[in-house]
Amino acid sequence: MTHFIGRRQLLKTGALAGVAGMAMPAILRASNDPYVIAHLTPRTGFLGPMGEYAVMAVDLAVEEINAAGGINGRPLNVIKEDSVNPQTATTKAERLVERADVAMVLGEISSASALSIAQVTARANKLFINTGANSDTLRGKDCRRTMFHTEAQNVMYVNAEGQYFLQNDMVKDKTWFILSSDYAFGHDLREGAHAFLERHGGSTVGDELIPTDATDFSSHLLSIRSRRPDVVVLNLAGTSMASFMKQYGEFGLDIPLGGFDYNSSLAWATGAEDFKGTWPCIWTHQVQTDGSQAFARAFQAKYGKPAENQAYADYIALRIAAEAITRTGGTDTAALIAYLEDPATDFDILKDRRGRFDPSTHQLLQEVYAVTALDPSEVEDQWDIFTTSGPLPAPDVPLEELVQGAVGGACTF
Amino acid sequence: MVLFFLSQLLNGLLDGFYYMLIALGLSLIFSLGGIVNLAHGVFFTLGAYLALVLTPHVGFFGALALGPLIAAVIAIVIERFLFTRFYREDPLYSLLLTFGLAMIIEQSLRWYFGATPRAYSMPADLRGQVFVGDFVYSRYRLFLIGMAIVTVAAVWALLNRTAFGRIVRAGIQNPDILGTLGISLRPYLSAVVAIAIGIAALAGVLMAPIQPVHPLMGVEVGTAAFVVVVIGGLGSFWGVVIAALLVGLVKGMMIGLGLSQYSMLAIYLLMFVVLLLRPRGLLGERITRFE
Repeated sequence: MTHFIGRRQLLKTGALAGVAGMAMPAILRASNDPYVIAHLTPRTGFLGPMGEYAVMAVDLAVEEINAAGGINGRPLNVIKEDSVNPQTATTKAERLVERADVAMVLGEISSASALSIAQVTARANKLFINTGANSDTLRGKDCRRTMFHTEAQNVMYVNAEGQYFLQNDMVKDKTWFILSSDYAFGHDLREGAHAFLERHGGSTVGDELIPTDATDFSSHLLSIRSRRPDVVVLNLAGTSMASFMKQYGEFGLDIPLGGFDYNSSLAWATGAEDFKGTWPCIWTHQVQTDGSQAFARAFQAKYGKPAENQAYADYIALRIAAEAITRTGGTDTAALIAYLEDPATDFDILKDRRGRFDPSTHQLLQEVYAVTALDPSEVEDQWDIFTTSGPLPAPDVPLEELVQGAVGGACTF
Repeated sequence: MVLFFLSQLLNGLLDGFYYMLIALGLSLIFSLGGIVNLAHGVFFTLGAYLALVLTPHVGFFGALALGPLIAAVIAIVIERFLFTRFYREDPLYSLLLTFGLAMIIEQSLRWYFGATPRAYSMPADLRGQVFVGDFVYSRYRLFLIGMAIVTVAAVWALLNRTAFGRIVRAGIQNPDILGTLGISLRPYLSAVVAIAIGIAALAGVLMAPIQPVHPLMGVEVGTAAFVVVVIGGLGSFWGVVIAALLVGLVKGMMIGLGLSQYSMLAIYLLMFVVLLLRPRGLLGERITRFE
């Protein structure tokens, strides 16, 4: 039977074809439009040096992702901004999520600014991946369902470094002199250090809060000398850490030194002669896995210097974001959250063990390392002024062990 | 405990010497030219980077001599082409000019050297400590304080014991009278700006071994220098000297009392109290053209 198309059907089909024809460029354009992600991190101020590494790593990750065909066949575009301080971070985050309509925000180093960004992104129902703020509170009472963390939280560093202190008999019946940066990050670490010390039978002979812009530590060094502690513990942020260590050497102090935060860029800024102690770290260019070495080589080739921990945290954050968009097929926030917090979801984070987010806090559970300063006579180049331990905890210990004893309150999404 | 407190006071007093080094130039430029040099801290940073660049070629002591000289030459160029247009203008314009200048120099340093802090080694000859009873002090800082004292003394002698100084002091008080005497202030202004910025760079070279070198290292120093100048009073050499020592002393006292987190607050409170009681600062002179 011959079937003729009726007049109405012809008109309908024609109209549909017309609409489709008109809409096609938009559809085609939408399918080729880049995914836009915002990268907001301090590039000036005392955290600026780390922010610079974060930006370099993000540029490298974008280059690699786009060279591999983008995400779902669409290119990736990252808008990069200097977050400066919590006030500016809020303003810029609002602009990025409301006007630029970015798919998500990642970055930040300052815990105070991270909290500001988290509030903005939560209101706008956008994802925020924190790559550098350590505060336990952000994973505790200030947690947000839309916020995830690739940077390790303070308690992970306290537990990792604590193991080193315990193994070397630096806690029980020992006295500590603690110096902490006077803002959320330092307060958190200080509280964590006190809790750790109390649990293991140590005490303090000094406990000072240091303004974040401090450059001269001579008075504190005199305090340390007069109190004669067994261990000096530093919870200092940014360039003040390097200033302290340079001046520690200058005043000839040889009391064992350690602390609960570390950045390779600041160890390099301190220099081989003055960099001392053992420190916990999320990653160094010396981590011996294929993935880490590939990243370290690519970074070295592009920038002529090794990557450091902040570069790592931003690099894997962008890779995780890209993987989540690929797997969920888009940028729907609810779908992304469900994917990221699924206990079955894990990621290649360039370490021995794969990483996964703790569904109750959104902290990326991962191995950390201990970095130990080399004696200046053993140093062969300006970058390898320390050695990096094997992964912590040991392979047979669950990663959850590292987050035991967090001090930032309970997280309720 | 008393000994500890006294050692902190002494250390604070010693800190005051390098505040003095930075604040002196700032005070000189404002007193003579009416320029509020917001770029002063950046020249401190420039000095530290010059130390980094020059030391491999001429050593630390060579950098100590050459760094301030290079900065002084740059200062003359800036004075001739920029400052000179703003001497007679409202200080607000020079504030904007030097703010812009600070941004340009800081961003240029960031562009060329990167934001990452650089390590600069302390010269081996100056490493080590000096012990006086229970008080221990860094040998390098004693050298730094010695340099500060020599520099401040040299500036004082230049201003008070030479014909150059007499003209500069007269220029601070009333530049128009100098004009009527047929003396042009312009070369003196260039020289004062060169000396002031040279001293800031000298402070930068001296600080490089005890601080990481990075583009923003002058910001904190610049703020402290402004506080010292405001407390000391504009146009007063001894005002700056006393204010610098006082600021160091207050800082040392707060740390000695175990209140380190409030040390900056105490310094700002000191400034507030001084301005409340003496709006021109401790020894600020009455400069008619600023009235």
